Amino acid sequence: MNFSEVFKLSGLLSKFSPDGKYLASCVQYRLAVREVSTLQILQLYTCLDQIQHIEWSADSLFILCAMYKRGLVQVWSLEQPDWHCKIDEGSAGLVASCWSPDGRHILNTTEFHLRITVWSLCTKSVSYIKYPKACQQGITFTRDGRYMALAERRDCKDYISVFVCSDWQLLRHFEADTQDLVGIEWAPNGCVLAVWDTCLEYKILLYSLDGRLLASYCAYEWSLGVKSVAWSPSSQFLAVGSYDGKVRILNHVTWKMITELAHPTTINNPKIIVYKEAEKNPKLGLGALPFAAPRAAARSLSTTETKYEVASMPVSLQTLKPVTDRANPRIGVGTMAFSPDNYFLATRNDNIPNAVWIWDVQKLRLFVVLEQLAPVRTFQWDPQQTRLAIGTGGGHVYLWSPAGCMSVQVPVEGDFHVLALCWHLSGDPLALLSKDHFCLCFLETQEGPA
Amino acid sequence: MSPSSLYSHHVLCSSIPLSKNVQSFFSAFCTEENIEQSISYLDQELTAFGFPSLYEESKDRDAKRELNIVAALNCMNELLVLQRKNLLAQENVETQNLKLGSDMDHLQSCYAKLKEQLESSRREMIGLQERDRQLQCKNRNLHQLLKNEKDEVQKLQNIIASRATQYNHDMKRKEREYNKLKERLHQLVMNKKDRKIAMDVLNYVGRADGKRGSWRTGKTEARNEDEMYKILLNDYEYRQKQILMENAELKKVLQQMKKEMISLLSPQKQKPRERADDSTTVLSDVEDDAGEVSRESVWDLSCAAVREQLTNSIRTQWRILKSHVEKLDNQVSKVHLDGFNEDDVISRQDHEQETEKLELEIQQCKEMIKTQQQLLQQQLTTASDDDTTSLLRDCYLLEEKERLKEEWSLFKEQKKNFERERRSFTEAAIRLGLERKAFEEERASWLKQQFLNMTTFDPQNSENVKLFSAFSGTDSDRDTLTVHSRPRQRQPHSVCRRSPVSTSKLTKSLPTSPASDFGQTRSCASEHSSSNALNITHEEAKPNQVGRECLSQSRSLVPRPGSQEGCYNGCPLTCTNSHVEEDNLL
Repeated sequence: MNFSEVFKLSGLLSKFSPDGKYLASCVQYRLAVREVSTLQILQLYTCLDQIQHIEWSADSLFILCAMYKRGLVQVWSLEQPDWHCKIDEGSAGLVASCWSPDGRHILNTTEFHLRITVWSLCTKSVSYIKYPKACQQGITFTRDGRYMALAERRDCKDYISVFVCSDWQLLRHFEADTQDLVGIEWAPNGCVLAVWDTCLEYKILLYSLDGRLLASYCAYEWSLGVKSVAWSPSSQFLAVGSYDGKVRILNHVTWKMITELAHPTTINNPKIIVYKEAEKNPKLGLGALPFAAPRAAARSLSTTETKYEVASMPVSLQTLKPVTDRANPRIGVGTMAFSPDNYFLATRNDNIPNAVWIWDVQKLRLFVVLEQLAPVRTFQWDPQQTRLAIGTGGGHVYLWSPAGCMSVQVPVEGDFHVLALCWHLSGDPLALLSKDHFCLCFLETQEGPA
Repeated sequence: MSPSSLYSHHVLCSSIPLSKNVQSFFSAFCTEENIEQSISYLDQELTAFGFPSLYEESKDRDAKRELNIVAALNCMNELLVLQRKNLLAQENVETQNLKLGSDMDHLQSCYAKLKEQLESSRREMIGLQERDRQLQCKNRNLHQLLKNEKDEVQKLQNIIASRATQYNHDMKRKEREYNKLKERLHQLVMNKKDRKIAMDVLNYVGRADGKRGSWRTGKTEARNEDEMYKILLNDYEYRQKQILMENAELKKVLQQMKKEMISLLSPQKQKPRERADDSTTVLSDVEDDAGEVSRESVWDLSCAAVREQLTNSIRTQWRILKSHVEKLDNQVSKVHLDGFNEDDVISRQDHEQETEKLELEIQQCKEMIKTQQQLLQQQLTTASDDDTTSLLRDCYLLEEKERLKEEWSLFKEQKKNFERERRSFTEAAIRLGLERKAFEEERASWLKQQFLNMTTFDPQNSENVKLFSAFSGTDSDRDTLTVHSRPRQRQPHSVCRRSPVSTSKLTKSLPTSPASDFGQTRSCASEHSSSNALNITHEEAKPNQVGRECLSQSRSLVPRPGSQEGCYNGCPLTCTNSHVEEDNLL
């Protein structure tokens, strides 16, 4: 495992291009594009203000930089460095900007969600979509890039519009049977749209591409409901994480629940492996100078080496007492991710923040629990292998695979807090992002075993 | 007051002071003056009580009656007896009275106790009743509370619901307001012809697909619809295909299972047929179904009718199989139990007997071995060479036998060689004899000549004779030497036999000619076995034999010292020795 040098970064804005050749990263108002193979800066673009959002076009030819404060979007071309494009939303303001899947249209959401403006880079045409809903996830594109589903709100009712992305024609427009829709998500096969209601009500609706309601699912009433939703890559399962600390998996044939994955605070099943992160004891006596000890003790957690230990049953996990009289309590399953090969599901229960739960999807049971020393900030699956990278905001990156897991300290001068992770398309360099730096972690050493 | 009444009064008053006061009493009753009256009074009294009169019977009535002393004494005696009886009775009565009194006391105390108990239990009952009442009261209260709580919950739910509706209502209101505001804002912002809202682009880029954008028309709409349905159709087709595949696989499994079930169940057809009627019908059904289902076409049909049949047949078969398996399980458990019992019996009773038997057998075997050994020894010492060798050879393993045969042939050849040599020697001897004869004849003739010339050379002649005798002596010596050369040749062999380690050293010291060496040692080995049989006593030969046997074994299964020792506990030392020898040989 090798690490690159540390590069500057701001706003956690660093992204690999979809073709995997380039890496874009922002420092204040500058956008640097590097080649992944050499890490040499290929292009350096200067924007008009501090960049708040960047996005690669699907064909990796353009990069969009949004400056929400100024209501501006600047687009840069990789092929023609002197080509430029600036979109100004003016007094309407800007809260979100994204590419359409064809990489030739930009969708800008104005302030107060007044409308979505579709700017084309090919023609002068500008389209407007009125009444977009201000919600967690109101826009979703199918994986093949043909269709876009948009959550709308009119007359205090939720609607869903399905657009054809090629010409922005409205294909379907239907009312969603929700109180206050919060999110929509296409299944990876692009034929089923999952719609979930506000957390006040547990409700999952499944719509076909042509607007038919396929099924609706409600696990319970009178309590906080859905917190997160994730499709399995095969579109076979829909995992629904809720505030009761459970993940319910629906199947794609009957859309009924197959299993309920509870996240117990004590684990007492010898079949389940619990990896516990533990601090490595500093080697005392062996050459350690006596006056070095206080300095070592003074070092923060981010610099002490840690390792995983297999905990013996029964294991009780650290729990957080949630403040129930505040909005958005820290309970329930808030993050979920299926592994790209469909075999595993990683979850995080927000009132057991230090643990990552990895479930065996084939057997529909808990497989491994990783308990970290610090709350888990982020985790992401390797797009090629069954390998999970975890970041806890400390100086370590953690990797899990069915063979085992390890804790790697990022070898950097000073503090480096891994706040976000980003896998390369091929699953080799892994970008580790901290507040104002980033570095790449090469898992496969090119020189072979050295 | 009459004296008797007084008396009786006294008696009644107290029986104990009676004896004390008897004198005074009687003195009071009868005095000198009133003897007559007393007597008459007593007489009256006694007759009244049925005693005979105290007076004598007199002829004339007017005559003064005389006191009959006998009668009086009798009466007194009677009275005394009576008195004693009465006293006894009184005593008895008194004791009884006492007893009864104590009994009564006891009963009274019992009664009191029971009364107390009753009282206490009554009190307890009252207490329990009180508690029961309290509990009931509590229960009622709790019920009331529960009801209240339920009401509360209901109320709260109602409140929640009303709040929810109100919230929703408010939300809607707010949203409407918000929408109005948004609309207003939209108008304000968008209709101002904001100069700023614009895209500043160097030049428009081509579409990703290279085509030009098309106008939105009804046609495109229709096309989009078509495409959408195509996608949906594709998805459904894909899923159908998957389901079909899954179905086919499941069918395959089902078919296989069915076949296996049929094959499993058919051999037991006879048994169940005897057992019960319904099972036979089921089985015949199964057979029919089997015949039916075996046609492949049925499997491809997959229509409702066949499905029902199939599921039914599978179900029945499954039931049969299940019952069968259960039966088997029962049997197995039974057998297990029986087996355990048997085991127990063996371990307790027959075990010792068995061990004893085995020990006896071992003893017998040992004895047999001993006798055989003795016999062998006897035979070895007495029997001829060939017999013993053949007998010994019989003991050898086949391989060894082969080897020995080879060695034997070698030895025979050698023997033949030796014999040839001997023959040649005998021939030479004959020739020598002839020559000698000729020589002697010559000498005789020479002697004759000498004799004839004796008169002239006497001392010389005697010297000549000496010389001749010396010559003849050397001749015989030479003969014996040739004869002795054989044993001398043999000498290393005998050495080899007596101390195999030394021979091994010898063979080791001559590594330049391994083939000849090998042959020599081989012959030596063969010789050694035969020589054992030939010359040496059995005590010497045995260890070597055993060693050889051990060798032949140890070559096949190399390091098992335990087994060797177990088998040839007689001489582990020679065994190892010969092992060394063999190693060097090979």
